Amino acid sequence: MDVLAKLLNANGLLVAFAVVGLIMWFSYFISKRLTFGRIHGSAIAILIGLALAFVGGLETGGKKGMADLPMLAGMGLMGGAMLRDFAIVATAFEVDVALAKKAGLYGIVALGLGTLLPFILGVVIAWSFGYRDSISLTTLGAGAVTYIVGPVTGAALGADSAVIALSIATGVFKAVLVMVGTPFVARLIGLDNPRSAMVFGGLMGTVSGVSGGLAATDRRLVPYGALTATFHTGLGCLVAPSIFYLVVKAVIGS
Amino acid sequence: MTISGVALLAICTLLGNYLGELLGIALGVKANVGGVGIAMILLIAARIWLVRSGLFSAGLKKGVDLWGSLYIPIVVAMAATQNVVAAVKAGPMVLIAGTGAVILCFAAVAVISRIGPHGETMDEIEAREARERAAEDAAAAALGIKEA
Repeated sequence: MDVLAKLLNANGLLVAFAVVGLIMWFSYFISKRLTFGRIHGSAIAILIGLALAFVGGLETGGKKGMADLPMLAGMGLMGGAMLRDFAIVATAFEVDVALAKKAGLYGIVALGLGTLLPFILGVVIAWSFGYRDSISLTTLGAGAVTYIVGPVTGAALGADSAVIALSIATGVFKAVLVMVGTPFVARLIGLDNPRSAMVFGGLMGTVSGVSGGLAATDRRLVPYGALTATFHTGLGCLVAPSIFYLVVKAVIGS
Repeated sequence: MTISGVALLAICTLLGNYLGELLGIALGVKANVGGVGIAMILLIAARIWLVRSGLFSAGLKKGVDLWGSLYIPIVVAMAATQNVVAAVKAGPMVLIAGTGAVILCFAAVAVISRIGPHGETMDEIEAREARERAAEDAAAAALGIKEA
């Protein structure tokens, strides 16, 4: 047993490939046999991934889901930012330049709204929960944009660490909800063409949420959504601690 | 060679992220601004340039496609390493703000994607491309018969 554990620990990335492969195979089997293709295999796989992350988190008390189990540490490498960016960029090979250009303006409008709408909502809800200082309000509003914009804004403004933690949690919850919910509302919101995928990427923002949600809806839409979503966090980090903070401060007067 | 595709992809990703970091510093932001997006644009430009100069090879395409096709498994691994416990346990404000933001943005997607002419769906695009290819093949075949 020790020999096996040692082997698995030393080959973390290979273990991750094998485990994810099994999850994928199982998910596509379920999708075909139990839902007759109505729920996409990748949507089921992502849900299983999230469920495993929940179990892993409860089991270890850590923050990295499954990757906190020593034997599955390779999951952290496989699902980390390096390989995620690498694979997202690779999907650009499938982008039809003419289609992307045609949707460009819509994408930019979506980026603007995707930063502004969640921020306003986040500030209003934080206000209704009793927060009254402009730094906390701005940080919590920024958390509703993405889970990176929240802490970056909070750190820049010197927010309380509990407020920063809440802003991260809001962003993570949003990303998870986008991953899970997108396939179910895809038809309702017209998410079946490159233009709406670019609008979607700009509005939802979170790269993990957008890429997971689109992957579960229609793999061919992923590159278009990723193209706009990638600018979302940067834009949020730019305007939330500066313009948005000043506006919030001016409105509530403290 | 397959490695040339993987290397091209790595170069574009690294260069894109580097430019994203520089852009972040230039704007005074503590984040990477559009690194992945810049990398994607670099890769698209590289593909166009390689095709034009006749350097585009099947092996190169294979190297990039391999990673593109591993995209969903990587997203699954990412999902399995999220701090889901914290997201679930964090309390009502997080749930309300997160849900509200998502619903609001879904609604905005629905509105914006319906403005202007209806976009071609992925299925329609693929059907049209298949028809165009079939037409080209038919034209080529007809030409071949005439020449023969």
